[in-house]
Amino acid sequence: MSNRYITIYTLVMTLVVSIVLAFVVKGLEPMHISNESVFKKKEILGAIKDQLGADLSKMADKEILELFDQRIEQAVLDASGKKVEGLKAESISMAAEEKKPEAERHYPVFIYKGDKGNLYLVSVRGMGLWDKIWGTVAIEEDFNTVAGASFGHVGETPGLGAEIKDNPAFRKQFQGKTIFKDGQYVSVGVIKGGARDKEHQVDAISGATITSRGVNEMMERGLRPYLPYFEEMKKK
Amino acid sequence: MAETIVSPVVEQEKEEWFGKKERKLLVDPINNDNPVTVQILGVCSALAVTTMVEPALIMAISVVLVTGFSNLVISLLRKGIPKQIRMIVQLVVIAFLVTVVEQVLKAYNYEVWNKLSVFIGLIITNCIVMGRLEAYAMANKPWRSFLDGLGNGAGYGLILIILAVIRELTGKGAIMGLRIIGPGADYLIDTQTSAVFGWYQPNGLMVLPASALFLVGIIIWIQRARNRKLIDVS
Repeated sequence: MSNRYITIYTLVMTLVVSIVLAFVVKGLEPMHISNESVFKKKEILGAIKDQLGADLSKMADKEILELFDQRIEQAVLDASGKKVEGLKAESISMAAEEKKPEAERHYPVFIYKGDKGNLYLVSVRGMGLWDKIWGTVAIEEDFNTVAGASFGHVGETPGLGAEIKDNPAFRKQFQGKTIFKDGQYVSVGVIKGGARDKEHQVDAISGATITSRGVNEMMERGLRPYLPYFEEMKKK
Repeated sequence: MAETIVSPVVEQEKEEWFGKKERKLLVDPINNDNPVTVQILGVCSALAVTTMVEPALIMAISVVLVTGFSNLVISLLRKGIPKQIRMIVQLVVIAFLVTVVEQVLKAYNYEVWNKLSVFIGLIITNCIVMGRLEAYAMANKPWRSFLDGLGNGAGYGLILIILAVIRELTGKGAIMGLRIIGPGADYLIDTQTSAVFGWYQPNGLMVLPASALFLVGIIIWIQRARNRKLIDVS
C-alpha cells in the first residue's frame, strides 16, 4: 500500500472519529453538567444527613435540587472572612481556590434553614495519603457546635483511608463536638489511639494513620478562614 | 476435446448464523479459554474494580461492549487497513469506543462514573481488547469477530463479577449495597445481636487489591483441577 493511501486513510479516519466524538460529547454535555451539580449538592448535604429528615441516598435528583433551592442560602467569603457580593457558593470550586495565593481565596458557606435553626455548612480541603481529601462541616447557630460532617477523597485505600467517606460511624463521631475550648479555637482533633478530650476530639481510623492525620490537619486549617465570619455572625 | 472445467473445490464452510462454531466462539472464552484465568490477560483491572459488585458489573458491561464492537469495526475495516499502521487504527477504534462508553456513563450514572472513570479510560490499554483485534478480528469475518469479542468480554466480566461478589460479601458484608452480614442494626444479620453469627467479623483484607489476586489464583486452581487440559497451556 502506498504512502499516499496510508496518509489519506489516516486523515479520513481521524476526521470521522473526531467529528463523531464531538457530537457525542456536545450532545451529552447538558446531562454531565446537571449530574455534576447534583453530585456536588448531594455531597454538601451529606454533612447534615441526619438533620434532613429524609434519606439522602434515596432522593431523586430533582428532589435534591429542590431541597437545595428552598432550604439553602449561599454566601461567599473572602480571605479575611468578609462576605463577597455577587458570587454564588455553589460556583466556588475548592480545588481551584487552593491553587490561588492565600489572600485571594474565596470560601463558600451554605446556610441551611432548618426547622431547628440555621446550620452553617463550610468546605474544607486537605491531603490524605494518596491524594486530596475534602469535607463539609456543618456548624450550629452557636458557631461552636459541629452538627455533622461528611468527607470525600480522590483515592484513599478502600477499607482503610476510604472509611472517612464510607464508614458512617466515623462521620457521626463529629456530631456534637465543639471547635472552641475556653474561647480558644481548637478545631476537632482526629486522634490515633482514641480521643481523650471527648468534646473536641474524635477517634482516628485504625490502619489509616496518614489519612486520619490528614483529616485532623484539614479540620484545623480548613475551619480557620471561617472564624472571622463566625465571630461576626455571633454578634448579630 | 471435451474439457471439463472443474471449478476449484474449496471446501466451503457452511455459513451459519449461529451454528456450532459461533457458539464455540461465544462460550469458549467464558470457560476454557477465559481471558483472565487461562490467557492471563487483564488481571490488573480485575484487581482494581472488584471491591464492590455494582462497579464491577458496569465495568463488565463496558468491556463487553468495547470488545464486541471494536472487533466488529476492525473486522469490517480489515481489508482496507494499511498493514503499517494497523495497530494505530486499532487503538483509535478502541479509544473511540471507550470514550463513547465513558461519556454515556457520565451522563446516565454519574456516581459510578465517578468511581470508575480512571478504569474505564484504562480499558483502552486492556490487553484483552487489542489482543482479540490482532488475533481474531484482523483475519475473520465481522459477525464471528463480533461474537468472539462478546465472548471474551463476557469471560472477563464473569471473573470480575465472581471476584466482586466474594469480595464485597466477605469484606463489607454486603452485595450491591444490600447489607447482609455485619455489625449494626441495618444489616440483615446483625453480628452484634445474633447468637449464631456473633463470632463473625468482616474481613478487611478482602477489600484490598491483594485479595483479588488470591481469589484469581483459587479460581485458576479450581478450573484447572476440573479440566486438566488447561494445565500449562498459557
